[in-house]
Amino acid sequence: MKIKDHNELFLEPEYIEQFEKKKEFENPWPAEKVKEVAEWTKTLDYQEKNFARKNIKINPAKACQPLGSIFCSSGFEGSMPFVQGAQGCVAYFRSHLNRHFKEPMAAISTSMTEDAAVFGGLNNMLEGLRNAYTLYNPKMISVCTTCMAEVIGDDLNAYIRQAKDKGIIPDDLPVPFAHTPSFVGSHNTGYDNMMKGILTTITAGKKGEPNGKINIIPGFDTYTGNYREVKRLLKTMDVDFTLLSDVSDVFDSPNTGEYKMYPGGTPIDDAADSINATATIAMQKYSTTKTMNYIRKEWGQEAQALSPIGVKNTDTFFDEISRITGKPVPQEIEDERGRAVDAMVDSHPYVHGKRFALVGDPDHLLGLMSFIMEMGGIPVHIICTNGDKKFKKEADELLGENPFGQEGTVYPGKDMWHMRSLLFTDPVDLLIGNSYAKFLWRDTGTPLVRIGFPLFDRHHLHRYPIIGYQGVLNMVNWIVNTILDEMDRKTINTTSFDVIR
Amino acid sequence: MRQIAIYGKGGIGKSTTSQNVVACLAEAGYKCMIVGCDPKADATRLILHKKAQTTVMDLARERGSVEDLEIDEVLLTGYRNIRCAESGGPEPGVGCAGRGVITAINFLEENGAYGEDTDFVFYDVLGDVVCGGFAMPIREGKAKEIYIVTSGEMMAMYAANNISRGILKYAQSGGVRLGGLICNSRETDKEYELISELAKRLNTHMIYFIPRENEVQRAELRRQTVIEYSPDHKQAEEYRTLAKKIAENKNFVIPTPMSMDELEELLMDFGILESEDAAV
Repeated sequence: MKIKDHNELFLEPEYIEQFEKKKEFENPWPAEKVKEVAEWTKTLDYQEKNFARKNIKINPAKACQPLGSIFCSSGFEGSMPFVQGAQGCVAYFRSHLNRHFKEPMAAISTSMTEDAAVFGGLNNMLEGLRNAYTLYNPKMISVCTTCMAEVIGDDLNAYIRQAKDKGIIPDDLPVPFAHTPSFVGSHNTGYDNMMKGILTTITAGKKGEPNGKINIIPGFDTYTGNYREVKRLLKTMDVDFTLLSDVSDVFDSPNTGEYKMYPGGTPIDDAADSINATATIAMQKYSTTKTMNYIRKEWGQEAQALSPIGVKNTDTFFDEISRITGKPVPQEIEDERGRAVDAMVDSHPYVHGKRFALVGDPDHLLGLMSFIMEMGGIPVHIICTNGDKKFKKEADELLGENPFGQEGTVYPGKDMWHMRSLLFTDPVDLLIGNSYAKFLWRDTGTPLVRIGFPLFDRHHLHRYPIIGYQGVLNMVNWIVNTILDEMDRKTINTTSFDVIR
Repeated sequence: MRQIAIYGKGGIGKSTTSQNVVACLAEAGYKCMIVGCDPKADATRLILHKKAQTTVMDLARERGSVEDLEIDEVLLTGYRNIRCAESGGPEPGVGCAGRGVITAINFLEENGAYGEDTDFVFYDVLGDVVCGGFAMPIREGKAKEIYIVTSGEMMAMYAANNISRGILKYAQSGGVRLGGLICNSRETDKEYELISELAKRLNTHMIYFIPRENEVQRAELRRQTVIEYSPDHKQAEEYRTLAKKIAENKNFVIPTPMSMDELEELLMDFGILESEDAAV
C-alpha cells in the first residue's frame, strides 16, 4: 500500500473539491479583493501602518525565558531542568529544542492546574521534587518558572528550602533556581537568570586557591558545532578552561542504540570550581549580562563578553585569551585564519556590494553584521525582536564606523512582519534568519540563508560552527553558494547560465 | 540597611503610621525610603505632599513595558530627602495587583533604587496578605521585620491574626520575623489590655500604643505628617517614641497565630463578646 504524505494528499481531486465547497460556508471575501489587499500590504502606505502597530506581534524572532533557562541547565552533568508551572509550556520548550536538534531532551513540569493557581504551587513543587529525585536520580535539579507560577507569586527559594527541611530531597543536592516569567524578556534573559542561579548555588563556599583556568560561557548558543569548535581551539592553544553549560553532548549525542537521560555536560565539580578561575569570557553579551555582573562583583574576576563571529571578532577573542593566559596563538590557528581569509577573497566578488537583511538574536546580529561588512556586503535592514536600547546603540556604532554600514537601520523590538514590509519597499539581495524567515522568502522571494535559532526545516546546520575561523568558512560557504544558486535560477536559459562561477 | 514591612487591615492607618514613623526616623538623621505596595498608591502622599505620584505600573502601562522606564521617573524625593516609590497597579476589578507588586519591586531592585547608604526601607503593603504577590516584600533577601498595625476592633484583630499566619509560612523557611503589633487606637473598650494580650498570644509584643488624636487628620488634610505639620504637638512626640522603639527593637519572633475560636475566647475573656453572642 502506498501511503501518500500531505504534500501529495491534499492535491487529490476530492480534497480540491472539498476546499472549494468549504468556501460556501466560510463566506470569504472574493479572490480579487484578497489579491488587492495582499498587493496593498506591499506598499509604503501599508508599511507606515505596520510600523505604527502596537498591540500585536507577528512572527517575532524570539522565544520565552524558561526555554533559555532549561537550555542552560541541561548543559551541566546530571542536571535535570525542572519547571514550576503548567505542563503545556514544558511540552513546548522540549519540542522546540527537539525540532531544532533532532534529539530527545528531558525536562520536568510540576503540572500546575487550577487548584495550584488558587492555593499556590508549594505542593506541586514538593511532589515534583520528590518524584524527580526518586525516579531520575539527578546530580542537580535546576528550577525555573512559567508565567502561571510567576503571576501567583510562587517563592521558589522558600519552597526549595521547605523541600529540604522536610527531607524530601537531600540537603546537599544542589537545587539552583531562577524566576523566569515568559512575559518578561526572552530566551536570552532566561538563560542569563538560570546561569546566574546555577553559579550562585554551586560555587557557594567554594572560594579557594586560584585554579589558573579560564571560564567560557557560551550564552544561548544553539550551535553544538560552536561548543566543539571552541573546545578544540582552546585545546590547540593549550589553555586550561571550563565551559560553563556545555550542551554539545546533550543535544548531539552519539547514536549507540541506548538512551541516556544525562548524556554529558559540564561536571558539577568543575563548574563549582569556576569561582577560582583567572577570568571569565562570555561568547555572547546579551544573554549573560546579569551573570557577568555577578561574576565581576561577587567573584572579583575579570569578565568580558567576546563573540568570535567573523574575522575581526575572532582575532580579538584569541588576542584576549592569549593576553589573559599568557599562551601564544599557535601557528595552526594562524593557518586556519589564513585559509578563512583566502576563502573570503575567493568569494568576495559575489558578495561585495550585496545588500542584506538580517533578523535574529542581538549577539548573532552583531557578529553577522561585522562579518558581512568584512566581505564588502551591506547590512540594510536589521531586525532584533529581543534587542534593547543598548543593543541598538552598539549596532548603530558598528554600522556608523564602517563605510559598508551607512545604509543600515537597526530596529529593536520589531518582528518579521515588519521585515516583510521592508523587503517589499526596499528590496535586498539576501536575507539571513531562522527557519521562520522562510515565510519572508515565500512572500518576497528574497533568498534565505539560515543562521540562528530555531532551525527546524534544514538538517544539521547546528553541527557546523559559526564561530572562529572555521565559522567564517562555513558562513562564506552558505552565503556565497546561496547567492550562486539564486544566480543560476535567475540566469537559467540565458547566455549567462555558466558552469564557472 | 533594615527593610521593614508594614501590614494590617485596610483603613487601619498603615500608611499614616508608617509615613509619620519614617518622618521621625528621617528627622533623627536616618536615610529612609518608602515603597508603596498598593494599587491605590497613597503610601507616600504625606511625604511628597501630593496624591499618587507616578507609579511604576502606571508608567509601564503608558509605555507598554516596564523595561522602558528609567528609575528616576518613579523614585521621587520628599520631606527630609525621604525617597518614595509606589508600585501602583491595575484599576479595581481587573488584572492582577499582586503581580504588579512583584514587577515593581523587581524593577526597583534591578535598577539599584535602594542605594547602599539607605538605613531604612519601609514597605507599605495593601490590607491583607491576599496572594503571593503581596508577600513579595517579605521574601528572602527583602524585609526581615514586619509590624502589624491593628486596633481593638475585632476585625482589625482578626486581620492581624490572619497576617501572622502568612508570616508564619515565610518565617518557617526564611529569615522574616514579626517585630510587634502597633496599636493605632480607635478608643474601643479595654483596647490597651486587649492588644497587649493579643500580642502575647501571637508570641510578640505591642511595641507601641498610638493614642487617637485629631491632629493626625488635620495634618493629613494638608498632605503632611504630624511631624512636619505640627512638630511640637504631643502626637508628634508619640510617633517619635514609636520610631525610636522600632529603631531599637530587638524582639523579633516567629508568630503563633490563633484559631478563630481562640480569638473569640480572647474577646470573651475581656468581656467584649458575650458567650451567647458567640454562639449565634
